[in-house]
Amino acid sequence: MSAISGKTIAEKIFSAHSGTDAHAGDIVVADVDFVMGQDGTSPLAIRALENMGVDEVFDPEKVAVVMDHSSPSPIEGVSALHTIMREFGKKTGAKVYDVGEGVCHQLIPEKGHVVPGDLMVGCDSHTCTYGALNVFSTGVGSTDGAAAMASGKLWFKVPDSVKVTYNGELKPGVFSKDLILYLAGQIGADGATYEAIEFHGPVIDELSVEARMTISNMAIEVGAKAGLMKADAKTLEWFEGRGEKTPAPQAPDADATYIRELTFDASTIGPQVAKPHAVDNVSPIEEVEGTPIAEGVLGTCTNGRLEDFAIAASILKGRKVHPDVRFIVAPASRKILLDAIEAGYVQTLVEAGAALVTPGCGPCVGTHNGVPSTGENVISTANRNFKGRMGNSDAFIYLGSPATVAASVIEGKITDPRKYFEGGQA
Amino acid sequence: MKFHGTVHKYGRDIDTDVIIPARYLNTSIPEELAKHCMEDLDAGFVAKMQFGDILVAEENFGCGSSREHAPISIKSAGVSVIIAKSFARIFYRNAINTGLPIMEAPEAVDGISDGDTVTVDADAGIIVNETTGETYTAQPFPPFVKDIIEKGGLIEAVKGKVRE
Repeated sequence: MSAISGKTIAEKIFSAHSGTDAHAGDIVVADVDFVMGQDGTSPLAIRALENMGVDEVFDPEKVAVVMDHSSPSPIEGVSALHTIMREFGKKTGAKVYDVGEGVCHQLIPEKGHVVPGDLMVGCDSHTCTYGALNVFSTGVGSTDGAAAMASGKLWFKVPDSVKVTYNGELKPGVFSKDLILYLAGQIGADGATYEAIEFHGPVIDELSVEARMTISNMAIEVGAKAGLMKADAKTLEWFEGRGEKTPAPQAPDADATYIRELTFDASTIGPQVAKPHAVDNVSPIEEVEGTPIAEGVLGTCTNGRLEDFAIAASILKGRKVHPDVRFIVAPASRKILLDAIEAGYVQTLVEAGAALVTPGCGPCVGTHNGVPSTGENVISTANRNFKGRMGNSDAFIYLGSPATVAASVIEGKITDPRKYFEGGQA
Repeated sequence: MKFHGTVHKYGRDIDTDVIIPARYLNTSIPEELAKHCMEDLDAGFVAKMQFGDILVAEENFGCGSSREHAPISIKSAGVSVIIAKSFARIFYRNAINTGLPIMEAPEAVDGISDGDTVTVDADAGIIVNETTGETYTAQPFPPFVKDIIEKGGLIEAVKGKVRE
């Protein structure tokens, strides 16, 4: 690639963190600003550190372990893993987020551990979430995570970037979740493997920071290494009061080189649903309307934020969850739970019949909090619907927006939420 | 490095949730993880696996979660090498880091059927389907990858370097 062409967000962040003039395809050793693991992956990373003979981390302020996937522990084996994490925190000084704090991908930005322009790795594939905040964040395995915890560095291949632009405007009842599900349906589960996606366009600009995080969260579902966005005034405002780090946003150059460019008109996109058992098995909601459901899930690192609670509450206000449906609600963090209580959303949802569970991953990964029964259909705001994902390989998981889930749990079947938004609001 | 075994062939987008479901991640003992390898996709997988057998799959093998338990469970179940048309990014790195040999060879995948007997010379990048007599080429392991795999993973390889 020519050295005179401009740079993408990914190339700029890797240049700044490796001290090189980094371009797509280069292999660089880069300084990471933060390293994170969760309760499924941290124990393996901690064991790898022990095997390396390393008994400290490169900077305790820049390492955190989060108990979110199976939290509080549903089984003795997990309790032992949690103990390993707590002891690691005591030994190294790394930050431990214990039971009830929330999902790692909400906590890391919420607590100000990363700011725009940062580079971070997490031992969880949805670490790409913070791309919405102009952080190059990507998922790694426990061995790579351990290497980064020990040294503060990791080698990377600087990815090519794909530019995805959403023009037009979102129609009432259509949300950022629908935009990313639509993209998955268009380009497939390996549509951007090893590449970074940059999301652009007036629709992205209009979205709240929370709604943007939903999009970047699912970049991995098309194979991408990161799902990046520019930092704008909204992004910088979001970080105010969250920590002491100074943002150093990286914007792409006007003449940056993209390996592909995709442009969509959001005005023509309606609610989307991913059908079992693949995230790219997407269709417009009209094709699955009426499918009976036994369980609904609002939450996860994809859609467990305050805005998602507001959307669901606006639909469920004064209504009831269908008697044949379990509606499980998991706030993404303790702060979101408190904010949702204060705003009255928790009251609304629980009165409607929701079962509120501990801030964290909820039933998404199939270890606790609502494993579906054999043959049951689930409608969820999560990011994955693989066979067995929620703990039963004979259940069927559909993915949609918080509005689609809320509308569906009322009727006991997959329901187009747009009827609640006619006239511009629910 | 040479591998020889019976092929178990699967489709595209084999995700980490079917390779090792999260409900079994309450342990990190390789032998325990191996017991549930591929269970949600093919309940008979562990029973039919012979040590040294070969996994063959279409595109995007290992998509989904970053759980390193996935390559660990496959390796511990006795798989000697995975040949696929392509691998998901995180799985690719995790496999090498945990010492599980993987090869991208689209033509070989098209030419190999479930139950075939296959011999792989990873250093030369040659895959021979003994059942059909066809030979395919793949990218040989670069020396550093070979070193990591022979030592059983990145951690062991790095420890060896430190001792030297």
